[in-house]
Amino acid sequence: MKTDAYEAVIGLEVHAHMLTRSKLFCGCATEFGAPPNHNVCPVCMAMPGVLPVLNRHVVELAIRTGLAAHSEIAPHSVFARKSYFYPDLPKGYQISQYDEPLCRGGYIELAARQDGEPRRIRLVRIHLEEDAGKNIHAESASLVDFNRSGVPLMEIVSEPDLRSPEEAVAYLRELRGILVAVGASDGKMEEGSLRCDVNVSVRPRDATELGARTEIKNLNSFRFVEKAIVYEVNRQIEEIAAGRRIAQETHLWDPEREVTRPMRSKEFANDYRYFPEPDLPPLIVPPDLVEKIKAEMPDLPAQQREKYARDFGLTTYEVSVLLGRNDLGDYFVNVLAQGINAKTAANWIMTEVLRAVNESAQPLEKAAPQPQETGALLRMVEDSRISLNAAKSAFAAMCRSGKGAQATVAELGLAQVSDEAAIAEACDRVLAAEGAKLAEYRAGREKLYGFFVGAVMKAMGGKGNPKVVNEVLRRKLAG
Amino acid sequence: MLELPAMAQEKISLEQVRHVARLARLELAPAEEESLRAEMSEMLGYVDKLNELATDKVAPTAQVGESGTPLREDAVTNHAAAEAMLANAPARDGFFFKVPKIIE
Repeated sequence: MKTDAYEAVIGLEVHAHMLTRSKLFCGCATEFGAPPNHNVCPVCMAMPGVLPVLNRHVVELAIRTGLAAHSEIAPHSVFARKSYFYPDLPKGYQISQYDEPLCRGGYIELAARQDGEPRRIRLVRIHLEEDAGKNIHAESASLVDFNRSGVPLMEIVSEPDLRSPEEAVAYLRELRGILVAVGASDGKMEEGSLRCDVNVSVRPRDATELGARTEIKNLNSFRFVEKAIVYEVNRQIEEIAAGRRIAQETHLWDPEREVTRPMRSKEFANDYRYFPEPDLPPLIVPPDLVEKIKAEMPDLPAQQREKYARDFGLTTYEVSVLLGRNDLGDYFVNVLAQGINAKTAANWIMTEVLRAVNESAQPLEKAAPQPQETGALLRMVEDSRISLNAAKSAFAAMCRSGKGAQATVAELGLAQVSDEAAIAEACDRVLAAEGAKLAEYRAGREKLYGFFVGAVMKAMGGKGNPKVVNEVLRRKLAG
Repeated sequence: MLELPAMAQEKISLEQVRHVARLARLELAPAEEESLRAEMSEMLGYVDKLNELATDKVAPTAQVGESGTPLREDAVTNHAAAEAMLANAPARDGFFFKVPKIIE
């Protein structure tokens, strides 16, 4: 941010596609990839005379999420009609929750950074609503696919408690971790499972009143969320510094040019005319259902982090890296399954595996070998069959070729020589060639030991097992 | 919200008719605006009858019965019937519904 005189005030609205088999109000499949208008029925197409029936699993997933976020689970909540006209909305209204949502209040705690206290980001609400269809804009017409119409969404609204782009991303990551842990969402932002609207305002650092805010719509990656907030905060500071006022408006993020630009005001000059949905009686959540769900809650990210630190003896930093991505935790566990020491596995993943992922810009399963193969490679290091450096070369080769550990080590001739006779032979050659140094050593210049080790390793092309080389060499040097 | 006009028989103003038409993405000719204003005013006048009852001590009721909404199991019970769903479409392109171009 450009100046310390201002403070950013940020709130997030996150829409999460929920992990259900069927839609919110009808028995159509939610799976992606079906041909257009194949997962539709009279209910989600708004044919006359149909009635919505609420999906029980959606309610349970939302309650799980609410409990994980310390929200109050409302025993009585209400669905409402949000009316607007758009070709992807067949009913002419979206069924959503308005003034009586299912989950109210709560907070998400962000782990402390090096320099501070943990931060509690308060939630306003978590509510249920249905998704709309999808428009595709063709040359002379628009095409509409209603497969997504009626797919359950959960909207998680935070208070404007976030104070920096980094903090907003940390919140989003923690929230995603919670959604994945409770099974409410697959958390795949790049596939559109999570979408984020960001409310941003700035104010002088000593102010208590909020400034006018803009809303940035439809951000679908952590990177875009961060970049859009940085851009928007700087833009607002410049406007205010120039004596202009911030207009309360909706912006779109343009990922190509990396700027936000206002939407035409006509597009969102909506008057949604909310009113209670007459087709759905209130949602009554009996206390015993909440208790049952509470008793079955899975480990949440904060608990998983504690468990990893405790069970595997890892530092907070190591745990945050391993659990910072959806996929690394599983990778780590699968490497461990090969009998690898936890520290060794963690270090390897944080250096070699993440390097492979970053350099290839591919997802983990494409960028790095299967965890079983990585485990097999580290097993060879632990069994002194290859050196650590040889393992690094082999790993890089495995990432490129997709071949297994055994085959790669054999192919590159990286196997370590532990055979005593071969090592003794190399020692003899070195000692014979270095008669003068040997005499010095035996006369008491013991620091020449390192020189001999190096010479033997060189004579063996770097493949001597260091432990056996040491044993044999010490014996030979003693005479 | 726009203020209601004072005259009793004009429960709804032309302004309000245009506002609602805009929200509904309807384009109205001036004569249609006028006739809709008259019709909608009449409807509101009819509903006005309810105001003759003293309801100031009754809580607003959106639903009768407090048993709560029924829930269904999360199971896929509908199977692809794209042809049937597209049968009434005024225009289609493959399996898509075809609509006038949406201008963003």
